[in-house]
Amino acid sequence: MSVSPCALRPLHLAFALDGPVRRARRGREAYDPEHYVRLARLAERGTLDFVTLGDSFARPGPDALAVLARVAPRTGRIGLVPAVTTTHTEPFHVSTAVNTLDWVSRGRAGWTVEVSRSRAEARLFGRRDAAPADALWREAGEVADVAARLWDSWEDDAEIRDAATGRFVDRDRLHYVDFRGTSFSVRGPSITPRPPQGRPVIVADATTRAAREVAAAHADVALVRAEDPATAGDARADLRERARALGRDPDRLRVLASLPVELYCSGDAVGLADLIGDWHADGACDGFHLRPADPQRDLARLVDGTVPVLQHRCLLRRFYPGATLREHLGLPRPANRYAAARKVSP
Amino acid sequence: MHLAAHFPGVNNTTVWTGDPVGSQIDFASFEHLARTAERGRFDFFFLAEGLRLREHKGRIHDLDVMGRPEAITVLSALAAVTDRLGLAATVSATFNEPYELARRLSTLDHLSGGRAAWNVVTTSDAFTGENFRRGGFLDRADRYVRAAEFVATARALWDSWPADGTARPVAHQGPHFTVRGEFTLPRSPQGHPVIIQAGDSAEGRDFAAATADVIFTRHSTLAAGQEFYADVKGRLPAHGRDADSLKIMPGVTFVLGDTAADAQERAATIRREQVSPQNALVALEQVWGVDLSAYDPDGPLPDFDPVPDPELAQGRVRIGDPKAVADRWRALSEAKGLSIRETVIETTGRQSFVGTPAAVAEEMTAFVAARAADGFILVPHLTPGGLDDFVDRVVPLLQERGVLRTEYEGVTLRSHLGLPEPARPAGKG
Ligand SMILES: Cc1cc2nc3c(=O)[nH]c(=O)nc-3n(C[C@H](O)[C@H](O)[C@H](O)COP(=O)(O)O)c2cc1C
Repeated sequence: MSVSPCALRPLHLAFALDGPVRRARRGREAYDPEHYVRLARLAERGTLDFVTLGDSFARPGPDALAVLARVAPRTGRIGLVPAVTTTHTEPFHVSTAVNTLDWVSRGRAGWTVEVSRSRAEARLFGRRDAAPADALWREAGEVADVAARLWDSWEDDAEIRDAATGRFVDRDRLHYVDFRGTSFSVRGPSITPRPPQGRPVIVADATTRAAREVAAAHADVALVRAEDPATAGDARADLRERARALGRDPDRLRVLASLPVELYCSGDAVGLADLIGDWHADGACDGFHLRPADPQRDLARLVDGTVPVLQHRCLLRRFYPGATLREHLGLPRPANRYAAARKVSP
Repeated sequence: MHLAAHFPGVNNTTVWTGDPVGSQIDFASFEHLARTAERGRFDFFFLAEGLRLREHKGRIHDLDVMGRPEAITVLSALAAVTDRLGLAATVSATFNEPYELARRLSTLDHLSGGRAAWNVVTTSDAFTGENFRRGGFLDRADRYVRAAEFVATARALWDSWPADGTARPVAHQGPHFTVRGEFTLPRSPQGHPVIIQAGDSAEGRDFAAATADVIFTRHSTLAAGQEFYADVKGRLPAHGRDADSLKIMPGVTFVLGDTAADAQERAATIRREQVSPQNALVALEQVWGVDLSAYDPDGPLPDFDPVPDPELAQGRVRIGDPKAVADRWRALSEAKGLSIRETVIETTGRQSFVGTPAAVAEEMTAFVAARAADGFILVPHLTPGGLDDFVDRVVPLLQERGVLRTEYEGVTLRSHLGLPEPARPAGKG
């Protein structure tokens, strides 16, 4: 019996557009939108699932979400996943900004949930002191939770434009979220209608213990920094088990190994294809998030060298069968929790 | 003449029924309107903000367009499909923090090559605050103190990279904010994003006179415009500023027709679409402060006096003393024999410029010549095609008269507005 490996277990590929910090500090390119457009289009040529862009209030460089919004109209398929931190921001603003990225990209938005641990960042706001990772990640989980509730707070068909009754919306399909977290509360509903994907894709780096529980509870994609397939495989099994224990379907969580790459020559690019094939065959992960030393050079090598090899080995698709990031990842569009509740008890 | 385009929606003047209406939220609508404004050589494209859905009688108000995307994100995307058009985001100074917003606005300025603007609003009520960590309420005086300190802090951050130098740490300590550390972006292409102010109290006007580059006002009649213009420009010298450094731009509507009569007829039709029978009763309830759902919109006004209830309508700008408004409405209705709906149509949402393209071009030009405005923020009533006719039919006439540019001279919004780039801080040493 022969089953195509493509059909058996799709391989997901993502690429970080931001190089190491020391590079960002030097280059003008960090502030040049065309630099990001070029990279994202290149990634799209390689049919990657998504690109990420990191962020922090103390890191040199522009606001990541705005940069990827700027990239959105100049690309067609590639998923766009900025980091947005949750420690010093307003959860309501985070929710509408990520929602809006999904609208302007027509269903290609994701969000890497991050926390701000440093004193330097705390001093830029002057509102609260730096806090331990556990507390910050607990709060990050709450922000991810309330963001998803706000995305659901408009049912998909809330806008009715009923001229006869003069009603633009059916207010029974709009919902107060009435969320109470440990450090904030949000009444809702959102001011932004439910986004094209229902909920943009939530990504979290699940390498540390504090972040892993949040990833298991809220993420669609978990990233794990691992040096060998065994470590990645253990992390994947652990994440799936935690997700199951939280009542989630583990098959709706993609675990990507997050690897640093430095591709000096085409030989490196083929070597990377070998490594990807081996790890994937071992079942260590559902795909890879590649963190380049030099985004421009390494992405070109990846797209022109690694990707064709993976396609030739039938490990990677040759085109995008869908239009949204959820479709690239094989994740269903989430049902709306409030619509479901309303239908049960009208 | 300076022109800007307001994206319609989330008010009771956007017509959303009928044929040529599109989505209020799809990016295609924003792109269409922005490209049209750029084709008309407008200075900027303007997005309003609301941070909580409006309520009426304790329930979500469901009769008008509602729902909008987050402004800075939409404008960042629009920067990719426009080249010269300024991109103005309304963002509350009350429900944001200076470091974060300064960074987002500077990013927009970098991503657009110097076309960003911030309309500083001071929205503040406990109702909106329920969506935010900061929560709560600030009274008017404190709101503008916070807004002024906010803008000053943002400017200190924008200035913290001297020409060709490295970032200098900022240390700000004030009643509302303590900000210490390095800004992560070099000085943006137009130095600072343009600052717009929208608010009408004496405190608001002083804040604008001290701080803003542009004022967005609601004074759209000639007499009211002249009075406002003289008042605000008169406040500038006290802040060491000259009259040209602050542009006054009222928000205005327009209706075009092939003849004057045709335009009037279209204007009347639009007013009837804007004020549905249901909306007429809501407008009445906002004045009277009580449930009037049993009234017939085509019948007479209530004969009792209003019972003021500030909780009745949440998330809306207040309309003045209810008793005075009710007296005026009743007098008008009696004098002209108007029904509830007709009275509301007459008294709310005046259309600013109604006529043939030539007449509208003439009247707008006269407004600017008479010092009632430096330009206009056009508020179309349709999404997304509401500016098409204006740009196709009025803009060429304004250009022929020589009051509107035919080509952009510069790239940045400051250059469109004729505003100098803020002085650069000196380099090290
Ligand atoms: C023309 C105009 C437009 C405004 N647009 C907004 C807006 O989009 N969002 C908002 O929250 N407030 C808006 N405001 C409200 C003002 O920011 C301010 O909160 C309000 O006018 C009260 O301040 P004041 O007493 O100084 O007038 C607007 C005000 C004016 C006059």
